[in-house]
Amino acid sequence: MSLLEIEKLSLSIGDTPILRDVELSVAPGEVMGLVGESGSGKSITALTVMQLLPWAARATGRVTFDGIDILAASEDQMCALRGDDIGMVFQEPMTALNPVKTIGEQVAEGIRWHTRASRADAEDRARKMLDRVGLPAAQFPLSRYPHELSGGQRQRVVIAIACALKPKLLIADEPTTALDVVLQAQILDLLRDLVAENRMGLLLISHDLAVVTEMADRITIVRHGEVMETGDTARTLSEQLHPYTRQLAQASMHVPARARTHEVGLDNPLGAKPLLQVDSVTRDYPGRRKSLLKRAAPIRAVDDVSFSIDPGQSVALVGRSGCGKSTLARMVLALDGPTSGTIRFRGQDIVGKSEAELKPARRDMQVVFQDPYGSFDPRQKVEKLVAEPLHVLEKKPTNGERREMVAKALHEVGLSPRDMDKYPHEFSGGQRQRLSIARAIITRPKLVVADEPVSALDVSIRAQVLDLFAELNQKLGIAYLFITHDLTVARAITDAVMVMHDGKIVERGKTSEVLDHPQSEAAKALVAAAPDLHRAIARRLQEQG
Amino acid sequence: MTVYLLKRLAIALITLVLASMVVFAVLEIIPGDPARLMLGLNASADQVELLRNQMGLNAPLAARYLHWAGGLLSLDFGRSYTYSVPVIELVRERVVVSLPLALIALALSTIIAIPVGLFSAGRHGRAGDTIAMGAAQLGVAVPNFWFALMLIYLFAVWLRLVPAGGFPGWSAGVWPALKSLVLPAIALALPQAAILARVTRSALIEVLNEDYIRTARAKGLPYRAVLWRHALRNAMIPVLTILGLQFAFLLAGTIIIENVFYLPGLGRLVFQAITQRDLIVVESVVMLLVAAVIAVNLLVDLSYAVVDPRLRSRQ
Amino acid sequence: MTLRFDIPRENFADILVKAFTNRSFLAGFVITVLVAAVAIVSFFWTPFDVTRLIIADKTQAPSPAHWFGTDHFGRDILSMIMVGARNSIAVALVAVGIGMGIGVPLGAFAAARGGIVDEAVMRLNDLVFAFPALLSAIMITAIFGPGALNAIIAIGIFNIPVFARVARAGALAIWPREFILAARAAGKGRTLITLEHVLPNIVTLLLVQGTIQFALGILAEAGLSYVGLGTQPPMPSWGRMLFDAQTRMVAAPWMAIFPGMAIVVTVLGLNLLGDGIADILDPKSRRQR
Repeated sequence: MSLLEIEKLSLSIGDTPILRDVELSVAPGEVMGLVGESGSGKSITALTVMQLLPWAARATGRVTFDGIDILAASEDQMCALRGDDIGMVFQEPMTALNPVKTIGEQVAEGIRWHTRASRADAEDRARKMLDRVGLPAAQFPLSRYPHELSGGQRQRVVIAIACALKPKLLIADEPTTALDVVLQAQILDLLRDLVAENRMGLLLISHDLAVVTEMADRITIVRHGEVMETGDTARTLSEQLHPYTRQLAQASMHVPARARTHEVGLDNPLGAKPLLQVDSVTRDYPGRRKSLLKRAAPIRAVDDVSFSIDPGQSVALVGRSGCGKSTLARMVLALDGPTSGTIRFRGQDIVGKSEAELKPARRDMQVVFQDPYGSFDPRQKVEKLVAEPLHVLEKKPTNGERREMVAKALHEVGLSPRDMDKYPHEFSGGQRQRLSIARAIITRPKLVVADEPVSALDVSIRAQVLDLFAELNQKLGIAYLFITHDLTVARAITDAVMVMHDGKIVERGKTSEVLDHPQSEAAKALVAAAPDLHRAIARRLQEQG
Repeated sequence: MTVYLLKRLAIALITLVLASMVVFAVLEIIPGDPARLMLGLNASADQVELLRNQMGLNAPLAARYLHWAGGLLSLDFGRSYTYSVPVIELVRERVVVSLPLALIALALSTIIAIPVGLFSAGRHGRAGDTIAMGAAQLGVAVPNFWFALMLIYLFAVWLRLVPAGGFPGWSAGVWPALKSLVLPAIALALPQAAILARVTRSALIEVLNEDYIRTARAKGLPYRAVLWRHALRNAMIPVLTILGLQFAFLLAGTIIIENVFYLPGLGRLVFQAITQRDLIVVESVVMLLVAAVIAVNLLVDLSYAVVDPRLRSRQ
Repeated sequence: MTLRFDIPRENFADILVKAFTNRSFLAGFVITVLVAAVAIVSFFWTPFDVTRLIIADKTQAPSPAHWFGTDHFGRDILSMIMVGARNSIAVALVAVGIGMGIGVPLGAFAAARGGIVDEAVMRLNDLVFAFPALLSAIMITAIFGPGALNAIIAIGIFNIPVFARVARAGALAIWPREFILAARAAGKGRTLITLEHVLPNIVTLLLVQGTIQFALGILAEAGLSYVGLGTQPPMPSWGRMLFDAQTRMVAAPWMAIFPGMAIVVTVLGLNLLGDGIADILDPKSRRQR
């Protein structure tokens, strides 16, 4: 008998159909993975079970939890279920906790509400639960506020809230998407343990096939609000009978074809003159002042970093979030100045220079950002946006020349020149990332710095964008500095990799060597934590014999 | 926490000093010769010279400012030219009318606005919300002094429930005095309450869209409980900002409303002083009101720290 | 389900459709246009001449000849309200202009430079905020005597920090976005970025605040004229008309009722318009629907 049984669930918001005939079940103690790309309706399915849908939503079909008809249940009945028998963990830990209440209050609140326990009893149970999720009393007293915790710690608090009353079913909606791989592995371990301890059913929602494969006993794949395939995880993914399953799996493991790779090491002085040379760069930020009299100790974001990149070389800079990799990238782009050290680009020192002096360097150095939604001014047309870097040219192109250059750049990234008269919101996420790349290559730069350029994209789109990066590297000889926490990306398109930890570069070398045989603790942790679809399927099959 | 408090305190003090310089500059430097301005064109040179000496206008500018500012600190505002009494005495008489009026109005406005805001946010988009917000929209548009006239017409002229104006003084007993402040306070409070109710509602609705509200709902708390326990305190931050701003409006409103009800408050004092060109009184009253506004803003800053733990740990 | 904080740029046609299906905007727009039309018409035609005093006709109740009655000098109240409208609108409009013209560049500059410049601008803001329009008007009038110009200056000064704050807060929300970084990576300076990217993205905010301050300006002008710090007779103004009505409340209540209603309708119209614009263009308020 299933714990949760969803039959023929259809749902629309206003006139827009969101779900069609969704079927899904979770048994006690079972982990069900719900996988799909953005817009597939997986979050809405979860919110339907919780009955926390937007008001305009209309659902038909049957949702049964523990014998209770959820769609017909009254709000009072749902309140009794939520937090007691069904817990939920959300994607964004930074905003999921009330900023003006202590973590103790927030964990104890649900306990008190459902069990009518006294404040002291509830706090006692909250304390035990926080201990259980890895937030010990010594460092994390109940009186802590959310803003005093990191993202990973906050997600642990959210899990403590959801699991405080040992629910029969836990729904986790992209619980690790906002975290780096090492934190992701820790949170997934915690969830796995909680499931085993309490014989809890877990509905794990994710866009990441590898994560789901590592966690789930069974898997349901959805697309555009419809279930494509459902079944045993290992079998479904090893057989790949359904074309969409195959497509997703292949996209997840995609490696772009790169005919020519750049074999020169990172510090090889024998190669051609380096394109970029970073020498003992350090960046301090003012720290938090503890009292009026004492000056705060500065926080060292980047600590004595040196490296160089050759023309045409593709280098990955990997590390956990907060390790200083983005700060380093900004300094390379001369958007931020180092506290000490020098950065030379094509032999020219770019530290402490005025915008006018930086013009030649800016022409040859461009950037692609992570968020395909945030990196375009929504009030300007594509033509102006893609042409923006032309600002650094000595001679301003005429209108006609400008349109021609934009058209060429759009063509090179696989978009139509007609697109230049549209606004960015008319494009999908993947297309916007292409626009972003078009903007980066319009001045024919020698180096492109890409800060997590594919991590916000769905897997199938991600594969296409990675192909594009690889192609441009081959065709135009552009060198890349890829900032990422995702090792599959690094493996896919870089020659060399640098591992950053606490502001220092702790390991560097050929990408394949570092990733296959990591030496430093930091690199080992990253490699061990990175979800890998091949490995996960193999392990599942082995477990089942 | 202390760093935040001390910083806010320092900012308030600096603002106060700068404001006193502005008041001094406008009323004592821009006119050129304040004594001549106060006496009018027909005054003889001797009269002007006498007043100049009396006001200390012959001293250098910096000395004059320091003397004046020093006087303010010891509550010595100088002597009124027209009344020939120390300004502080005039102020003391009048402030016991204006300050209670402003405070009653502020309390009244808050007591009305917050429940209406909560009610409306709780029924977001439904009939109750629409009616309440329609009324608030209308309330925002009503000038308080006109509203006061209408109240007089209704309650004093027609129904004869309360006096149409005047103030018996606190010595006549608390009740009669309060009674004569009722209509002015309502006239002041309702338009402000309308603004505050709108702000409370929109702050609550914004907060209700936050992720942590969903977390609280997922705990099993009913909507009402979420509204009270999680949304209200977070929504207080913008509400406090508006409360602080409203105090400035209420002070200004008090000055105008006193004229409608013939209340002998600071407003009456300052308007009489303007017609009699008694710059010393004008200067003192303006400075006093500016100081009150700055003090209230400081209070608002401090209450942020009570509401929001993030501010307490920030510098 | 991820919600994007995106500010979609839409077609003019889409915005028009949205505008004219939005009740708040439509009502506000109609009222505002009507009030403005009345003010313009008053330049060419009013039912009666407001400069001629006909004592024989004094304090007449509303009638077919004088729809809103007459005042204590026998002037037609409707005609005076019409002429008063242009006075109110002019004062409030110029005061908004002063506030925007100085406040917006100040706020945008503070956000663009940050650090000490920002701190200085904010402290200057605090200082001006300590002087409600009424206090400025009192000081100005004490020295220069009463006049409509005082009201404009006093209200205008008070508008400066309001717009500076709104512009700064809006700009601060735009600066950390990635498209600003992209523009910086393209070698653009702070001024150019402010002009090309920041201001166009906060125009909605400023527009909404503009209508709010316009409405507040009309209220403030009426208040100042009422206590004799603003527009002076014989120039008709709504606030002054209410002052004249006060002592005649029992005998001629229409003298108080109609000018007050004119203020309420005008301010209501502007506020509705502001709410409507915010609904239509501001993504935050749209998220709430």
